[in-house]
Amino acid sequence: MKLQVNNSPFSEEQVTLLNDLLPKLTSAQKTWLNGYLAATSASDVIIEEVIDNNAPTAVQAAPQKTRTVTVLFASQTGNAQNLAQKLTFELQAQNIEAEVLSMAKFKPNNLKKVEDVLIVASTNGEGEPPDNAIGFHEFLHSKRAPKLDHVRYAVLALGDTSYEFYCKTGHDFDSRLKELGAEQLLPIVECDVDYEEPAAKWFTDVQNILAQATASAETAQATAAPTAGGTEYTRNKPFAAEVLEKINLNMTGSNKHTVHLELSLEGSGITYEPGDSLGIVPKNNEQLVDALIAALGFNANKLVTDKQVTLRDALINDLEITVLSKPLLQKIAEFTTHNDFQNIVNQTSIKDFVYGRDVLDVVEAYGPFSWNEEQFANLLRKIPGRLYSISSSQAAVDEEVHVTIGRVGYEAYGRERFGVASTHIADSIEIGDTVNVYVHKNPNFKLPAEDQPAIFIGPGTGIAPFRSFLQEREETGATGESWLFFGEQHFVTDFLYQTELQAWLANGTLTNLNVAFSRDTDQKIYVQHRMQEEAAELYEWIKRGAYIYVCGDEKHMAKDVERTLIDIVAAQGNKSAEDAAAFVKQLQQDGRYLRDVY
Amino acid sequence: MTEKIKIAPQDGSFSDVERIKTESNYLRGTLAESMVEPISSGINDDDNRLMKFHGSYLQDDRDVRAERAKKKLEPAYQFMVRVRTPGGVATPKQWLVMDEMGDKYGNGSLKLTTRQAFQVHGILKWNVKKYMQEINDVLLDCIAACGDVNRNVMCNANPFISNLHKEAYDISAKISEHLLPKTRAYHELWLDGEKVEATPDREMEPIYGELYLPRKFKIGMAIPPLNDVDVYSQDIGLIAIIENNELVGFNVLAGGGMGMAHGDDTTYPQLGRFVGYVAKDKVVDVCEKLLTIQRDNGNRVERKNARFKYTVDRLGIDAVKQELFDRLGYELEQLREFNFEHSGDRYGWVQGEDKKWHFTLFIQSGRVKDFDGYPLKTGLREIAKIHTGEFRMTGNQNLVIANVSAQKKKKIEALIAEYNLTAGEHYSALRRSSIACVSFPTCGLAMAEAERYLPSLIEKLETVVDEAGIRDKEIIIRMSGCPNGCSRAALGEIGFIGKGPGKYNLYLGAAHDGSRLNKMYKENIGEEEILAELTPILQRYAKERNEGEHFGDYVIRAGFIAATTDGTNFHKELQNV
Repeated sequence: MKLQVNNSPFSEEQVTLLNDLLPKLTSAQKTWLNGYLAATSASDVIIEEVIDNNAPTAVQAAPQKTRTVTVLFASQTGNAQNLAQKLTFELQAQNIEAEVLSMAKFKPNNLKKVEDVLIVASTNGEGEPPDNAIGFHEFLHSKRAPKLDHVRYAVLALGDTSYEFYCKTGHDFDSRLKELGAEQLLPIVECDVDYEEPAAKWFTDVQNILAQATASAETAQATAAPTAGGTEYTRNKPFAAEVLEKINLNMTGSNKHTVHLELSLEGSGITYEPGDSLGIVPKNNEQLVDALIAALGFNANKLVTDKQVTLRDALINDLEITVLSKPLLQKIAEFTTHNDFQNIVNQTSIKDFVYGRDVLDVVEAYGPFSWNEEQFANLLRKIPGRLYSISSSQAAVDEEVHVTIGRVGYEAYGRERFGVASTHIADSIEIGDTVNVYVHKNPNFKLPAEDQPAIFIGPGTGIAPFRSFLQEREETGATGESWLFFGEQHFVTDFLYQTELQAWLANGTLTNLNVAFSRDTDQKIYVQHRMQEEAAELYEWIKRGAYIYVCGDEKHMAKDVERTLIDIVAAQGNKSAEDAAAFVKQLQQDGRYLRDVY
Repeated sequence: MTEKIKIAPQDGSFSDVERIKTESNYLRGTLAESMVEPISSGINDDDNRLMKFHGSYLQDDRDVRAERAKKKLEPAYQFMVRVRTPGGVATPKQWLVMDEMGDKYGNGSLKLTTRQAFQVHGILKWNVKKYMQEINDVLLDCIAACGDVNRNVMCNANPFISNLHKEAYDISAKISEHLLPKTRAYHELWLDGEKVEATPDREMEPIYGELYLPRKFKIGMAIPPLNDVDVYSQDIGLIAIIENNELVGFNVLAGGGMGMAHGDDTTYPQLGRFVGYVAKDKVVDVCEKLLTIQRDNGNRVERKNARFKYTVDRLGIDAVKQELFDRLGYELEQLREFNFEHSGDRYGWVQGEDKKWHFTLFIQSGRVKDFDGYPLKTGLREIAKIHTGEFRMTGNQNLVIANVSAQKKKKIEALIAEYNLTAGEHYSALRRSSIACVSFPTCGLAMAEAERYLPSLIEKLETVVDEAGIRDKEIIIRMSGCPNGCSRAALGEIGFIGKGPGKYNLYLGAAHDGSRLNKMYKENIGEEEILAELTPILQRYAKERNEGEHFGDYVIRAGFIAATTDGTNFHKELQNV
């Protein structure tokens, strides 16, 4: 459609400008602009800026044809995607022709055509690629993968040092591309949970290398990119949100302790969408910190970092002391001569050792150490923000955000262990206190079109994003059917959000609701058993185009659910096991089988 | 096949409950689906009405209602199941099953009701059917334990008169069986009985018809001189007439009942009116015909005016007698002589006429559970394991370990000692004469505490009676959490009916033998005022009473309260209120 004064809200001059601009935009630019305008539509000023400043730049004659850049992301929770999009925008701002794509959307055949490939890849729990990269990862590692002599590439790998297979997916891509003959533009960069700094440096390095190759780097002093979606609050600059309500959703007698937390976003301008997560900057348990300082024989008030904070404050607010990783153990090993400890660090797998242990365990068992307060503090990584699926929709709660947090607490090696953020929130936070938060976009976990059927599988705290989805669907009057599978231990004490779900069932927001309470019956019944019971109808929904969402435990639940899904597809669709598995994989590739698992 | 039972139209349209019954296909409704629906542990109101006919209904733990609402959880819905035990008799095997099921599906305790039945609280919806099936294995059921039908038939539990008790019990069981609903719904729903298409009315419910009764219906049988079943409070009261040490027949009372509503003087407790004497072989027939008079004449428009007592008051006792004569084809005889002495139980060991031994155990408020330092439930379980006689629940919520041989007596005595079970000797006579209904936390009607509060109130009153020197004077004291009358508080020499949290109406002046209702003495008072009001009256009673004079009679003679001569003046001649 060509814009005219009479079919749009624009003036003659604007129509001319837009008609000049729009046909020249790449699809990525259009996508970006779309999001940008949506996110900033509250402010006319910014829209004018787009028209007056950015638009003419973009309308400029296309830059001298050099190599095109394809930015591919492998993203589970959205970090890699956000980074890839940001990078692409920055490249485009430098007049480098760049396109950003999910690996799921990238056609393997196009590998023959691409020139410069930039990969931002995160890694799933046990070193597997994220859902949206499984197909591409498999193709690239197969015999069908073409020679890539014509390709130059760079990889940014996201990971978490507390996992054994740190950044594995990134390394997979890096080494495979090399094997296939591609030229490495710069060595792979690994990022731990606190990825912002190393990622920014990689951006600069990549841009510099590409800019050298791009003769016309006239607009090199890149215009500051407006951050997408207006999320100016981050892990390092969080928003102090006031606690409006805090409820333990479980009744006395339950084995669970699930906190429903309602936080005020008033004045922050923070927006989020159903499916996004809330980052919470945790604090370490003060008793644990004091026990650690005592075990170290350190002075709690010693100033330890450049910021001139005391050791105690740094350990409470800034540093991670509850998770052990191989890099950390290696660093600690430099300060002790304890033989056993050297042996532990040199094991191929430290998984068994680190499970249920924290820094205090190491300090108590493997001394003496030769470190001082400053050296000790410098060993520790910055405490990562904890991500929780948001359980509210702004359509319903406006300037609030709700999260649903399971308190993690268990005993190991004779001491009670805590989940850092969950325990702090469950035990210490009260209504009126503030919690430091930031929104973490998760573009891979979004509701389908309003008229599409959706199946939500979310036992335990996995229900969180679906409460958000259902609030959204109720508020927006979405016509698509919704079906929720929920499970917990006991009906009487653990039916999270029971009355809300009953109301949604009664008013039609929820079409179906199936529940499984594993400890109420002699034989444990889980959500996958309920799915199996509803196999025929489930398959019928899938055939009608239903989107399937899974949220919650990754190790057991998500695997069992996937197995059941494949079984159902095989049995109901008269398919072989292989075909059924391929069918489900295809759903995943098509973005119709989405997971937010942890 | 006889003709279909038709209920004549009345002024005004029938209450909604009548519609539910009509549409229920003889008490089936949608219970089969509701009871397995997994999203709520509750059921819809219509089905809950029907559930009562199956001896159970939905309650919730009111102690946690607000907390659960905040936690976005529905109320802690649970079912109360009332097990029908005609005459309050249970075998040791049945006792053991009740004991076990209370732990397995219920809240770990048993309640012995004021109508000689077992009540179990706290059963989750999905367990109700299993519960019904497991008790069915020992021939117990819940049919008609609640609902608009004839309830558990009460019978005297007097341990002295063993041979008479046996015969009286057999007759009460016969009445109970005869007046049971005939629908197969219970068997279908709970026992997986074969599905039966509802057949025409008369065949399905030859006595009740598809609308059943307008309201609940209660029958009780007393053997003088004990009125432990409160025979005057029953819709049909049967007073056994003993001649030459033989049960010959019954004086029949009609139209007693306890319930009322606060602030509505058209509702009131009432005592049964004498209808006449009937020989024992005709008593089942008389009961049936009286019941059908209520079926055809009871108020189906206003449920609170639907009990038989209002029907009798409206028609007049003479008209009821005439109607009964018409339906029987013969008239009842003149009343025979009898004499009641009291309505309480006699505790401890007694030897019956047949030389068997009987031990009556005081059970505070009928609650059987293991208390701190008082393992009542365990003790009774151990006794049941070796007992070869029977258990009898009394109308005063106590328990008789009945028909014990001289040999077994030693073993049972040893268990009684081992588990520190008490006949109640060391309690005051006041406590031993107390009844409290369940009330909070499970009863949906409760306005104030009863079972959980009365013991502590009695403790305070015990100081008063101790000081006044009347610790061994039996004064019947009863507390109900609402005006519906489960503890028969309107027959308490001291009666309390809940008004609101911690607040009660105080009633005085009922007869010790259950033949006169009490009257409201103070309205809506809390503990402090209760003690302030009762202390001087008890002190004066201690000093001024005549020989053998009961407290309920004294307060009238001393002018504290006017006598309630008939239910219709229960709300009149109030003083000091």
